[in-house]
Amino acid sequence: MIRALHRWPGLLAAALLIVLTLSGAALSVFPAAERLTAPQAETGLSVATLAARIQTAYPGVEQIRRSPPGQITAYWFLDGTPGAAVIDPATGAGVGSADPNQVERWLTNLHRSLFLGYGGRIAMVLGAAAMLILSVSGSVLVARRAGGWRRWFAPLRGPLSGRLHVEIARVAVLGLALSSMTALWMSASTFDLLPITSSAPAFPNDVSGETGISITSIELLGQTPVAELRELNFPYPGDASDVFTLKTDQGTGYLDQGTGAALGWTDLTGWENVSETIYMLHTGQGAAFLGILLGLMALGVPVLGVTGVLVWLAGRRSRPRIPGNLPAAKAETILLVGSEGGSTWGFAATLHQALRAAGQTVHVGPMSDFDLAHHAKAQRFVILAATYGDGDAPETAKGFLDRLKALGTAPAAPIAVLGFGDRSYPEYCGYAQRVAEMAKTRGWNMLLPFDTIDRQSPQDFARWGRLLGQALGINLELVHQPIVPPTEMLTLVSRRDYGAEMQAPTAILRFALPRVTLWQKLTGQGFARFEAGDLLGIVPEGSAIPRLYSLASDRRDGFVEIVVKRQPSGLCSAQLTQLAPGDTAKGYIRRNPGFKPGKGRAPLILIGAGTGIGPLAGFIRGNKRHRPIHLFFGMRHPQNDFLYGQDLADWQTKGRLTRLDTAVSRAANPSYVQDTLRAEGTEVARLIRDGARIMVCGGRGMATGVTDALADILKPMGLTPQALRAEGRYVEDVY
Amino acid sequence: MKSLLATLALTTALTLPGLAMARPVTLTTTMNNYGGDGAYLALYVTDAAGAYAGSLWMAGGKSKYYEHLSEWYRATAGDTAQINGITGASVGAGRTLEITLDLADALFDAGYTLHIDAAVEDMRDSPNEVAVPLTTGGAGTPITGRRYIADFTYDM
Repeated sequence: MIRALHRWPGLLAAALLIVLTLSGAALSVFPAAERLTAPQAETGLSVATLAARIQTAYPGVEQIRRSPPGQITAYWFLDGTPGAAVIDPATGAGVGSADPNQVERWLTNLHRSLFLGYGGRIAMVLGAAAMLILSVSGSVLVARRAGGWRRWFAPLRGPLSGRLHVEIARVAVLGLALSSMTALWMSASTFDLLPITSSAPAFPNDVSGETGISITSIELLGQTPVAELRELNFPYPGDASDVFTLKTDQGTGYLDQGTGAALGWTDLTGWENVSETIYMLHTGQGAAFLGILLGLMALGVPVLGVTGVLVWLAGRRSRPRIPGNLPAAKAETILLVGSEGGSTWGFAATLHQALRAAGQTVHVGPMSDFDLAHHAKAQRFVILAATYGDGDAPETAKGFLDRLKALGTAPAAPIAVLGFGDRSYPEYCGYAQRVAEMAKTRGWNMLLPFDTIDRQSPQDFARWGRLLGQALGINLELVHQPIVPPTEMLTLVSRRDYGAEMQAPTAILRFALPRVTLWQKLTGQGFARFEAGDLLGIVPEGSAIPRLYSLASDRRDGFVEIVVKRQPSGLCSAQLTQLAPGDTAKGYIRRNPGFKPGKGRAPLILIGAGTGIGPLAGFIRGNKRHRPIHLFFGMRHPQNDFLYGQDLADWQTKGRLTRLDTAVSRAANPSYVQDTLRAEGTEVARLIRDGARIMVCGGRGMATGVTDALADILKPMGLTPQALRAEGRYVEDVY
Repeated sequence: MKSLLATLALTTALTLPGLAMARPVTLTTTMNNYGGDGAYLALYVTDAAGAYAGSLWMAGGKSKYYEHLSEWYRATAGDTAQINGITGASVGAGRTLEITLDLADALFDAGYTLHIDAAVEDMRDSPNEVAVPLTTGGAGTPITGRRYIADFTYDM
């Protein structure tokens, strides 16, 4: 609901808002510029003294105005010709043209009405309203995504466009909300929708009839500091019934031109005061710094617009179209999807289609939309949930567990939970499992026992589908074609072979960077953007199921590099290790944001064995800023499988690698990487005290050994690997 | 577009007691290129004693800006009832406002003066831009305004 309230006004108003905010940002510069360039009055200067100075310079002066940033302008009539100038208050003489700034005027008209008169103004009012709706709905979404209002500035993950969108929004939203609210107030005032009446006092009937008082002898003008002046009008020459009119930031009054007596004074009304403040808050007139700040925040909107559209497009692409999807309130079977990369949606679409074919009424939606009030007819709930990282909620399931926790009584309609994951990860289907457990503790009836699907297996899914069919009393055959992201042809340019002597052939494969289209560049898709530590999905010949390899190169390196060890019965690894330069393979990029060295100068401790060196070598290759890196690398034999051996030596001389410690398992005194780690315990502890980040890549057994070794090293410091993990300082990429 | 044409089809704008006879009069106001946004103009008449007699036209629709037409505002205390039905759009720089209305014969050659107050956003107010005696002999003779009005003519 909130998402729709954010998406549609955003998409509809994006172009309008970009014009509105860019012109607003440009306008915000003028008050500051005026403040800096306008000659300012000396402190304590009275209006009387200023007016006398101007009168000396321009005897025909008719009007003196002071703008909120403090610029004083005088208007006069001399020999039948009108004149005007910006005044230096110190001398009363003109120092610049009083003509309105044409650029500012043009921008103002664009900002207010797109040069389209009344209709344009209405359009801009709608734009301001859309911006307010977007600010409010966006704030709710940010809070939801971050896991609560108190975590407003929590670190983000996910694709760049989405991160950028939230990163900018959570800073700019305050300014945008303020600007849009004040804009709406000012528009309401322009359209006479507010009960603001002028406070100008009635014109005095009983003037003295005398003329010619010296302006310095008017008491009120002597008492009024220039800083409070808005406007001073001189009496019309030769009209004894006319008066001086003084407007200050307190109110308006008339002064007799013969006696100088005050002939009436009215303070600004409360409404006028509010309006003045709102005008100042919106334009920065009188608050130049605030104006600039609002202007800078407004500059975020074009980026928000573009990234917002990209996020929307990416979301659309990642979800298959689900034809015949019923509204939540009309369906008896509710399928809720928690997906990070989008593949789980494909399974949901298959299940949806099969259930529909069996005559069911079905709704498919994200888990984050779960709300019992919206599922009036629900007879059963089916949850299809992937897991993100270490058992976290995937993108479209944000807040689901909290809502489940907050349920008073479980609904009568039973629930089935199916987890999606990769059995090689430690938290296999961890999130879905927690959902199932929570549902159980809430007393929710289980339609089916908790089940899982490994690596998008169509067989697992078909088996589970038959169980679901039995539970529903229908025949359910789920035939799922996994959706593989669009692949590109990768041409092998070189290979370096290792390990043949030990019957463990391993190769560093370097592919040419495929051509990237302009669209891919703009949206960061395909091979347009990848870093070491991201994953290369390779779709082997004769199989629909891709295999993932950690990337050992960054896009800027100009090639795609992975390390592959031939597995005894591995289809993909066999094909890859047989490639000769010039041969091709089909691949795609998958981001792996959880396994990145991150920015900053904190030391890195990289730990890997065998092919696990791949991403670590990539990090070291990219370490051109000479961040301290200590690499622990485990191999079998230095002559046979010292992957990147020569490169590591080169990088060390170039300062990209500070220190290298190796462990050799097939030696007279075999040692493993965790042994070397223990041997260097003091140094490791020192680096961790300096804020080091630990990254581990390799087999599961090695990773367990490393965790144990680290636990021993950290113990005297009162730390644990778990504590470091929670801080994001200890990350693994394990297979 | 060179001129903004606002033709009012023979409305009796100013009715004074006992003045039955009226004739169509065309008022043409041409703005100079003063370099600002659209001008608000108040066209009104005072009698031989200088007292406010009535309003002929108000160019500009937002009553909150009328106080900047200071002579008109002073004379009428900002009473918008004075301009009911005789209000149009503000007039841009370089544009022309042309209005035709029925003016009572008795307004001519009897000491009445036609005034125009002008105001432009972010520029100075200009009361009494034009103050021209209404005479049959003066018809067709352009009058130059003080600040924003290039010339003003009334034709019978």
